[in-house]
Amino acid sequence: MATGRTMFEKIWSRHVVAEGPGGRVLLYVDRHLLHEGSTHAFGRLEKKGRRVRRPEACVATADHYVPTAPDAGEIADSEIRTMVADLGRHTRRLGITFFGRGELRQGIVHVIGPEQGATQPGITLVCGDSHTATHGAFGTLAFGIGSTEVEHVLATQCLWQLKPRVMRITVSGARPFGVMAKDVILAIIAKIGAGGGVGHAIEYAGPAIRAMSMDERMTVCNMSIEAGARSGMVAPDETTFVHLEGRPYAPHGAMWDRAIAYWRTLPSDPDAVFDREVTLSASEISPTVTWGTSPQDALPITERVPDPASVGDPARRASMERALAYMALAPGAPLAGTAVSRVFIGSCTNSRLEDLRAAAAVAKGRRAAVPAWVVPGSGLIKRAAEAEGLDRIFTDAGFEWREPGCSMCVGINGDTAAEGERVASTSNRNFEGRQGKGARTHLMSPAMAAAAAITGRLTDVRTLAR
Amino acid sequence: MEPFVRLSAVAAPMELPNIDTDRIIPARFLRRPREAGYGPLLFHDVRFAGDGSERPDFVLNRPAYRDARILVTAENFGCGSSREMAVWALMDYGIRAVIGPSFGDIFFENCFKNGVLAVVLPAGPAAGLRRALAERPGAILTVDLEPQTITAPDSASLRFEVDAFRKHGLLTGQDELALTLEHLPAIEAFEARRRGETPWLD
Repeated sequence: MATGRTMFEKIWSRHVVAEGPGGRVLLYVDRHLLHEGSTHAFGRLEKKGRRVRRPEACVATADHYVPTAPDAGEIADSEIRTMVADLGRHTRRLGITFFGRGELRQGIVHVIGPEQGATQPGITLVCGDSHTATHGAFGTLAFGIGSTEVEHVLATQCLWQLKPRVMRITVSGARPFGVMAKDVILAIIAKIGAGGGVGHAIEYAGPAIRAMSMDERMTVCNMSIEAGARSGMVAPDETTFVHLEGRPYAPHGAMWDRAIAYWRTLPSDPDAVFDREVTLSASEISPTVTWGTSPQDALPITERVPDPASVGDPARRASMERALAYMALAPGAPLAGTAVSRVFIGSCTNSRLEDLRAAAAVAKGRRAAVPAWVVPGSGLIKRAAEAEGLDRIFTDAGFEWREPGCSMCVGINGDTAAEGERVASTSNRNFEGRQGKGARTHLMSPAMAAAAAITGRLTDVRTLAR
Repeated sequence: MEPFVRLSAVAAPMELPNIDTDRIIPARFLRRPREAGYGPLLFHDVRFAGDGSERPDFVLNRPAYRDARILVTAENFGCGSSREMAVWALMDYGIRAVIGPSFGDIFFENCFKNGVLAVVLPAGPAAGLRRALAERPGAILTVDLEPQTITAPDSASLRFEVDAFRKHGLLTGQDELALTLEHLPAIEAFEARRRGETPWLD
């Protein structure tokens, strides 16, 4: 019996090169994105004397380790300096396009791929970074891989993969006032859990997803891994095509028409069957913050810190107690009003132009009560934001306007919070130590983070509405 | 890659769910060269206090579990970042097998690329194993890959599933690249077809 196929199935089956043992398939990789973390793999490849199969399929940028201070100059830490320099050396040696420091196109790898049009519907895309799911916003089968796999893709342009199951998450209705894409994905993760998507590729669907801009879809897909899923996708549509047209790597002329015709065949067929279906109503989602040390620990800002004593499962209770001790939060205390030490607006989740606009709209004409950083996702975004005057809005409000990079999302480039500091952050992980040893992270949307900067406390951004 | 065939060793239980790879290896250590060794950095910030002394309450610091070469974990172990250094740290410390009800997908894959056996057991038996190891600290588990069995401290035998591809890789220690290169003609044929169907990607 012929049944409809999911978008995932269509892209997957088109990329199968060979069948292997144990149900494995050799999957072809159309696009490979690289960053400083890839230097381990480049080094091994060089040692073995292996060539890169398709240098033209690769795009590299420096993001994880670059300093983002406005006047950073030479990188002070010699190990970091070497890592960034090594990426430049390897990419030059191998003929791989590299956007390095000082180059306008440099930025966070999951920002620049789409920005350059290297991320396209229907392709397979990998990167040695778990947030590679971001690119799924374009109807791309994109997933994060480890260092050995990076080496394997460089050498063969393929990967041995087991087919994941497919989960559709349908978000119905429309987002209420003050609710951003970040709130939608935090609500999804809270619902299905940090391990809810393990072994699955997710397709996000429904009117609330369809109504989203590309920047918003990227925010949603970006955090698929925070629900355990290696990939998360949105079917391409007119929004996707309009966004993509004219970008450097995008097809043009007659090729553009041919590409669009193919891309229109990608959405899941109406009778496609998914292994798992989850539904949410956008109208029930509120501005959200995390209170614990897993992204699943998310609640509406109007709620209180949960009480472990009310939880039956002993393992869950112990885990909550540990999280609350780390976060220095008391059960039953209102989330709103919790004092924060600093604010971080940036990361591959929320550093795009619309994110900066949303934060600036809250900051405009006000004054930050705590140190607040704004780190644009790329040099091009920084320039576009400056052309709109967003940088002035931020600096007039006492925010710091910085250079592009992963910055305080990842805690490896010198941008960290101090032990015990509480950070209102637009990043994607609130793990213990993620933003610096002993630092406490609350995840939230750019608008909510800007609101926290203004009041110095976790704040319902709707109360600052003008 | 070092093959994995059979391992009899002390196993340590870890009860916390969602232990992420940042906890297994904090990000600030990732720039260390592979040759420098990652063993001393495993679980660094929960294993050591600020002054570098061991935290006595951390499971691998307790005398009975110091020689553990197997971990029995809770749900979603190894979630989060794709950093393969999480597996390097386990490997360099001496951990060659992790057993749990579920794992982060990328971590799971990384284990098999480095000669670490990751075993998915249903939640009930996994919890039973953790309980048994907590009740008898220092107890030995035997993990035998060929017959796909785990022998528990009470001598009960549990069978586990592992796909043939990963099993073969671990038993022989062969990396995947050699196998892939056998498929070179298929890769070339694929690229030729792709040039025809989606020429804008070339």
